[in-house]
Amino acid sequence: MRVSVEQVAQQREHTPLRALLAHQPLWVTIALAIICLVMGQVSDVFFTNDNFFNVTRNFSFIGIIALGMTAVIVTRGIDLSVGSIVGLSGMVTGMVLYAGYSWWFGILSGLLTGLACGLVNGILIAYLNLSSFIVTLGMFAVARSLAQVLSQNHMIYQFGPDEKMFTAIGGGTMLGVANTFVVLLVLTVVFMIALRYSGWGRWVYAIGGNEQAARLTGVPVNGVKLSVYMLSGLMSSISAVLLVGYQGAAINAMGTGYELRAIASSVIGGTDLMGGAGGAYGTFIGAALIEVIRNSLLLAGVDANWEGTFVGLFIVFAVLLSKFRELRSG
Amino acid sequence: MRLFELRGISKNFGAIQALTGVNLKIDAGEVLGLMGDNGAGKSTLIKIMAGNFRASSGEIWLKGERVEFHNPVDARRKGVEVVYQDLALCDNLTAAENVFLGREAKVRLGPLSFINYPAMFREAARHFAELKSETRPRDLVKQMSGGQRQAVAIARTRLSNPDIVLMDEPTAAISVRQVAEVLDLIRRLRDQGVAVILISHRMPDVFAVCDHVSVMRRGAVVADKPIKQTSPEEVTALITGALEFA
Repeated sequence: MRVSVEQVAQQREHTPLRALLAHQPLWVTIALAIICLVMGQVSDVFFTNDNFFNVTRNFSFIGIIALGMTAVIVTRGIDLSVGSIVGLSGMVTGMVLYAGYSWWFGILSGLLTGLACGLVNGILIAYLNLSSFIVTLGMFAVARSLAQVLSQNHMIYQFGPDEKMFTAIGGGTMLGVANTFVVLLVLTVVFMIALRYSGWGRWVYAIGGNEQAARLTGVPVNGVKLSVYMLSGLMSSISAVLLVGYQGAAINAMGTGYELRAIASSVIGGTDLMGGAGGAYGTFIGAALIEVIRNSLLLAGVDANWEGTFVGLFIVFAVLLSKFRELRSG
Repeated sequence: MRLFELRGISKNFGAIQALTGVNLKIDAGEVLGLMGDNGAGKSTLIKIMAGNFRASSGEIWLKGERVEFHNPVDARRKGVEVVYQDLALCDNLTAAENVFLGREAKVRLGPLSFINYPAMFREAARHFAELKSETRPRDLVKQMSGGQRQAVAIARTRLSNPDIVLMDEPTAAISVRQVAEVLDLIRRLRDQGVAVILISHRMPDVFAVCDHVSVMRRGAVVADKPIKQTSPEEVTALITGALEFA
């Protein structure tokens, strides 16, 4: 029997159903739904508007950073400096506002600080071919130290003439949810589209799959690698600006430990640390899961110190799950 | 007019003379077998033709014009496509995405442009059909057989409608049945008027598809004969040096 070209083109090895079942974000979404249902039974507070508001706001700060982290990890890199960039960008924003500049200039200077840190990371990694682990570990130390030097260990809690505007951006609400959550939702959609439907997005995945192949076929590998680190720096500073506005204070310890939570969000959401796989929706769900676990333990009256144990177990379980799927698909 | 010609190509890396005065020519619709032992200079020659290296001296002529290749993308733009030995495929992407890697089909929406997946699947399917390969554009390359992977790598060269396709050891690491598949792919390219340069260690493959064979030894071409006027025995003798020239 002869088959036409069109028929061959429509065939695929994975039916949509099988592809969906092999999709880690789906399983994480189901896990999240189960936890929510159980918590709804256990606690009267869990499904209240207030709790929903708090949970979505809390994971937005990490979620925004984790989106940039996902792009970096898909290229087979890592960015350990995001937490320190949060600290430095937040401090710069706070100091510029304290000096009396307008709200948009303060935010702009914070974002440019994040971009600059990402630029340095990216140049060293993409053009000088240094290991992303080492370079961003260096930035991890440098950015935190610069935040300390700038602040001289002072906390900034006065933000000049535009203080109201600035704190309203980070701490305000829109349509019943925190502004930060709206920012996260918008950025998640932008990342979903960019990763799947832009040439840049395909190149990010190609570099993670086989960097040499990408180079030989004419993909501007160095430029794309530079771009993901700049993007990661930018995402960190967006998170920082919102965080300072929400907390109403800038301190130099802000963002400490965020790098691990961002990486955990990515990995739980199905991003492969070996590069080439991952996505924005999974990262969003991964970040949500971590916060819901934290929130659940709190509401269930479990000692908050157990949080790390549960999150850690979920990370290992997520990686095991992806290994298991790999074995099955051969 | 010759389609493609190398004239007196030499290449040295410091004190090491890798190639000495290599001449090579090929016409449209021809398959040229390039044979030689490890270290004979085949890879260096390929890299010069593909734009990875510049020759120390000598000239490259394409369609009656002298050309210089500054990098692989430049060589590709001028009509030379390469199928690399490791195929340069991304396992995590689909066949169609690999075919279009670095030159994705786009659709414009105002200031933004988005990847046109339907067009990429359709075009890739057309190329696979032309190559009479059963490769499916939506499948991940990860799950494919050696022959299908070759088809993806070869379909990629069809995008730019090149004059010359260089193939580096395409049959080195695949099963017997798949070798037959790949040799068929090479014949299809030839039938479409493409000049194919096949670098191979496998004597039967070269004798099955090539019109000419050039043998290299110690950085020089020691023989260039129509395949009908030579034999596997003679070529083996030329490769090993038992026979000096032919």
